[in-house]
Amino acid sequence: MIELDKVAYSYGGDALLSDVSLRLAPGSFHFLTGPSGAGKTTLLKLLYGALVPTSGNISVFDQDVQTMNRDAVAHMRRKIGVVHQDCQFLDHLPLGENISLPLTVSGYDVTAEKANLDELMTWVSLTDRMDALPPQLSGGERQRAALARAVILSPDVVLADEPTGNVDWDMSQRLLTLLIELNKMGKTIVIATHDLGLIRVAKKHVQARVLRIAERCVQLAGADL
Amino acid sequence: MKPFVDKFMAFLRPDRHAGRVVPPSGHTATLTLFSAGAMAFLAVFALTLALAAGGLAQRWGQELAGGATVRIIAPKEQENAQVQAALRVLGSTPGIASARALSEAEQAALLAPWFGQNFDVSALPVPRLIALQESRGGFDSTGLRLRLAAEAPGAVLDDHGRWRDPLTRAAARLRLLGWLSIFLIGMTTAAIITLAANASLSANAQVISVLRLVGATDAYIADAFVRRFTIRAALGAVGGVFIAMMCVLVLPSTDTSAGILTGLSLSGWQWLLPLCVPPLAALVAYIATRISASRTLGGLT
Repeated sequence: MIELDKVAYSYGGDALLSDVSLRLAPGSFHFLTGPSGAGKTTLLKLLYGALVPTSGNISVFDQDVQTMNRDAVAHMRRKIGVVHQDCQFLDHLPLGENISLPLTVSGYDVTAEKANLDELMTWVSLTDRMDALPPQLSGGERQRAALARAVILSPDVVLADEPTGNVDWDMSQRLLTLLIELNKMGKTIVIATHDLGLIRVAKKHVQARVLRIAERCVQLAGADL
Repeated sequence: MKPFVDKFMAFLRPDRHAGRVVPPSGHTATLTLFSAGAMAFLAVFALTLALAAGGLAQRWGQELAGGATVRIIAPKEQENAQVQAALRVLGSTPGIASARALSEAEQAALLAPWFGQNFDVSALPVPRLIALQESRGGFDSTGLRLRLAAEAPGAVLDDHGRWRDPLTRAAARLRLLGWLSIFLIGMTTAAIITLAANASLSANAQVISVLRLVGATDAYIADAFVRRFTIRAALGAVGGVFIAMMCVLVLPSTDTSAGILTGLSLSGWQWLLPLCVPPLAALVAYIATRISASRTLGGLT
């Protein structure tokens, strides 16, 4: 589904990642861990085409990312749901419209999709926050809303960058449960986190592969995780 | 052609939700509306100037072409004799179709714009005038001047060309200036809209980033901005054109009292031309914003 072959990425002459080879199979669950600044976010951005590798190849859904034009990248992103640590909402739109934004930009009739939206809002327990503006939401509500937006187009892959970074332990467990549910539906999940406790809890419920980024390379983590 | 038409029709049928993805920007919106209105106002005046100048050039050309005047400047007691002598010369000159002396009433009418309707022309040392019309092929003005000098020494031939040509040239240049002004107004509008669109795109970098994250194509993002600026420019231009047309309405038209500054207003079908300004302003805004958006989005990673 997503394959990285000897991928390297440099910015301003500094190598952030080098010689990264990775295969994310359909329905697999991955944690990406490492210290702050190790390159977790960079790797996620390479996975959804926000960054182009300096060298090596990235293949997403059997397409070479480097040769894709902007439109092709946009269409590819509709199959990859992304949850950012800072969520990234349009602050002037109510939550309902923010969550349905992928439908809007993909040309769907949002009114016709209302039932799906309601179901999704129930899933993330935000039914009563539909008309709230993003700045009015708590950290946990924002993360759940970001997750709802990421999956509204039923993508094959969900990438989450520190989804529990700004929430308490209970809320992080709730978010993890939602991501595990998605994985059980057959979605490929990649979570970038430095929260080892979250990884340990997840491994009790799902077969997860833990990838550690260290010294610009990705390694399979040991049995301690 | 069909893809362009389909795209344009889709542009005219905006998705209610898509129109909201770019946050409203009150200050920029007001400035764009005002600028488009002011430019449309100026465009209507430049258009009126161009049309009036064109009309003047045409009128002067048509009314004075083929015509000439003989002035008789002589003591009062010799005036009639010299008029008759000049008429005889003119009647026997090849290339002159007709010649007739203007009556006092006709001369008074010519002076009325300057001295008023009830002015006694005889109180002024006004020369007698003979209006003549050339036939096809024209006459030999040098030969005629020599014959007049011999038979009616007070007669002076004025073939109008001396002052008609510079006037028609001036009117033609004025018309050119009008069209050039319209072109410059269009370019200025494009520049203003481009600056406003660039400012809006820069201010909404975060919005663009979110839209890209959720799979929006550059065309979709550009449309959101282009639609907004096109509508603002069109609405501003409608206001500007309306005010300008009200102002043009009070300018003197050709059918008002005679005078040199007549024909400055629009007439007949010309009143339809300012109605083209709002669609043209919208088209300029559409092109300027699309170029600006494409350039900006292409430069963003």
